[in-house]
Amino acid sequence: MKNFELQHIQRRKRSNRIMHILFLFSTMIGIVTLGILLVQIIAKGSGWISLDFFTHFSSRFPEKSGIKAAFFGTLWLMLITAPLTFIIGVSTAIYLEEYAKNTWLSRFIQTNISNLAGVPSVVYGLLGLTIFVRLFDLGRSLISGALTMTLLVLPVIIVAARESLKAVPNHQRNASLALGANPWQTILRVVLPSAMPGILTGSILSLSRAIGETAPLIVVGAASYIAFVPNSLFSDFTAMPIQIYSWAGRPEESFGQLAAAGIIVLLIMLLGMNLIAIMLRNKYQRS
Amino acid sequence: MDNRANFHHSIEELQNDILKMGHYVEEAINQAVESLMTLNDTLAEQVVENDDLIDKMTLNVEERCLRLIALQQPLASDLRTIGAALKIATDLERIADHAVDISKTTIRLSGENLVKPLIDIPRMAEIAKEMLKEALESYTERNVNRAAALAVKDDEVDKLYSTIFQDIVQLMGSDYNRNRQLTHLLMVAQYLERVADHTTNIGEGVIFMVSGKRKDLNL
Amino acid sequence: MIDIQSLDLFYGEFHALKNVSMFLPEKSITAFIGPSGCGKSTLLRTLNRMNDMIKTVKIKGTVTIHGNNIYEPEVNVELLRKRVGMVFQQPNPFPKSIYDNVAYGPRIHGTKKKSELDDIVEKSLRDAALWDEVKGDLKKSAYGLSGGQQQRLCIARALAVNPEVLLMDEPTSALDPISTLKIEELIQQLKEKYTIVIVTHNMQQAGRVSDQTAFFLNGEMVEFSETDTIFSNPVDQRTEDYVTGRFG
Repeated sequence: MKNFELQHIQRRKRSNRIMHILFLFSTMIGIVTLGILLVQIIAKGSGWISLDFFTHFSSRFPEKSGIKAAFFGTLWLMLITAPLTFIIGVSTAIYLEEYAKNTWLSRFIQTNISNLAGVPSVVYGLLGLTIFVRLFDLGRSLISGALTMTLLVLPVIIVAARESLKAVPNHQRNASLALGANPWQTILRVVLPSAMPGILTGSILSLSRAIGETAPLIVVGAASYIAFVPNSLFSDFTAMPIQIYSWAGRPEESFGQLAAAGIIVLLIMLLGMNLIAIMLRNKYQRS
Repeated sequence: MDNRANFHHSIEELQNDILKMGHYVEEAINQAVESLMTLNDTLAEQVVENDDLIDKMTLNVEERCLRLIALQQPLASDLRTIGAALKIATDLERIADHAVDISKTTIRLSGENLVKPLIDIPRMAEIAKEMLKEALESYTERNVNRAAALAVKDDEVDKLYSTIFQDIVQLMGSDYNRNRQLTHLLMVAQYLERVADHTTNIGEGVIFMVSGKRKDLNL
Repeated sequence: MIDIQSLDLFYGEFHALKNVSMFLPEKSITAFIGPSGCGKSTLLRTLNRMNDMIKTVKIKGTVTIHGNNIYEPEVNVELLRKRVGMVFQQPNPFPKSIYDNVAYGPRIHGTKKKSELDDIVEKSLRDAALWDEVKGDLKKSAYGLSGGQQQRLCIARALAVNPEVLLMDEPTSALDPISTLKIEELIQQLKEKYTIVIVTHNMQQAGRVSDQTAFFLNGEMVEFSETDTIFSNPVDQRTEDYVTGRFG
């Protein structure tokens, strides 16, 4: 009996050790791949990053090429998309969480929003093409791209904002209502201040995913070769991932290196946005 | 289902303590009265000795009550039961003290011849003993009616006491020894009257414990 | 002052309060006791219409405060809740400074002047017996206070809108014994100015603080009388069984 127990314990120990190693190995697959990718890109592209890279437009000659148009295009896209998605997204979340009664209509809306968050981005591109470019006749312009991006990000922000609103404990709302505050006063003074860090974090993270989207912009019609910074909502535009995509498609070795440099810039932008999100979350947790 | 079975068991134990104490007190009063009738000073000594035990039991009951109040925060009938136990224990202890008083009279009168045969005092003692028994039984049975009936018997005791008082005053003359003995006997009558009063107090305690009502049985 | 007449309350099909009638005199402390689910908290929440937020609630009967039926359609719920303050089971300060917590109510109701708010904050904190402990830290977060202090802050916050009635829903159930005693002491001081209704699971607490006590069972008000009667000599056998722990 005792011997049996001992054997059993040893077997359990062994299986634990095996699983431990297996899980570690799975983790390593991702990390190592990412590491190789990063090393390769940095090795390839870092030599091309200079002030000129930011001040030049794209060109037929790799050594004269820069990312200026795409960088500002992406910046513009974000500057338009961020406030639009934030205002519409948070308002929708407030309506659904705080005001809407639990009817079949609100359940229908909620289910649809959750589903929309999973729709492939190219479908949003087609939607943007149909509605903004053709129906509203906005053309293949910055505003069409930004609106399409807004549609793309909106469901994700709504879901994130709703989660943040849900996380505000009900006793806070009750405390406010019991003091004679009406629902809007309660939302404005109690619920939103509590939920805001979470909402901001969610918004930035979803925007940082949008920043790397290529497919919908290609469908809407971002140009791959633009030699100017967008000067109005209706001007043609390009964006970082499109510029990178177009460079990567060229046969010359040096364009490949340019693409790598573009990727580095894009990655730094992404990291920056994630950093802000993390800082907001930390601030929220401290208070 | 009783959610405080343990506590309620402690209260039952408390009530048993009261009954046990009542039993000893009954014994004391019986023996005291008998010692007086027969002028038996050995029996009287024994009553005086046993009183220590009754005093200890009183303390024990009091401590038990305070402990239950402090630790269990009794309410409603539980609270009244404990309150009544405190009160009844005090009354029983007083009755036992009167038994001692009577026994001490026996000891003081020992060796003497009584100036007259005792007639009313034994009758009074008989009623007082009965009342004590009634009081304890009404406590056991939680019987409000039996407890209330003590008032009637107390009236009889009061009447007997005033008869005895008048008789004794009439018998008093100029003989010092005679007057001394008569005064002792008057005091015995007084003790018995007090015993009866304490039994009505016990009855009041029973009524309060059971019904929460205050009733004066000694009017 | 608070007159409840033939009040019935339904949660959908569930009959949560059955024909409750009672009168709560001004500047007195009334305790509601009874087992979980007996309706005592529900009744408390009808007094400031917090039940309105639950969609399935239906109410019959009247609740009159100073002669006005608070269930008349023209009654403004926000103004009612200003008159009838509430303190909850869990201390629930806002994640704001101590000052902003207390000033919240007055600001909601339109007080803007700094000096006026300062006065209200100090007076409310004094009334809630918290001023001396926090007067130097008014700008600090309310979350830095202990549980008992937080609950007194919540009381101060409720007092800041100058209510007539203070409803307390098990206000000490989340607190340690010393904080509990402090709150109980405070409740008795507040009686001078406010009509207080307190729901409690702690019968000793009801005994310590209240003037009259109502016992509820299955949505019915079984017995309502002076607190010492309820706890020393209740009339109804169900009350007796509940307070002596022979219940159920």
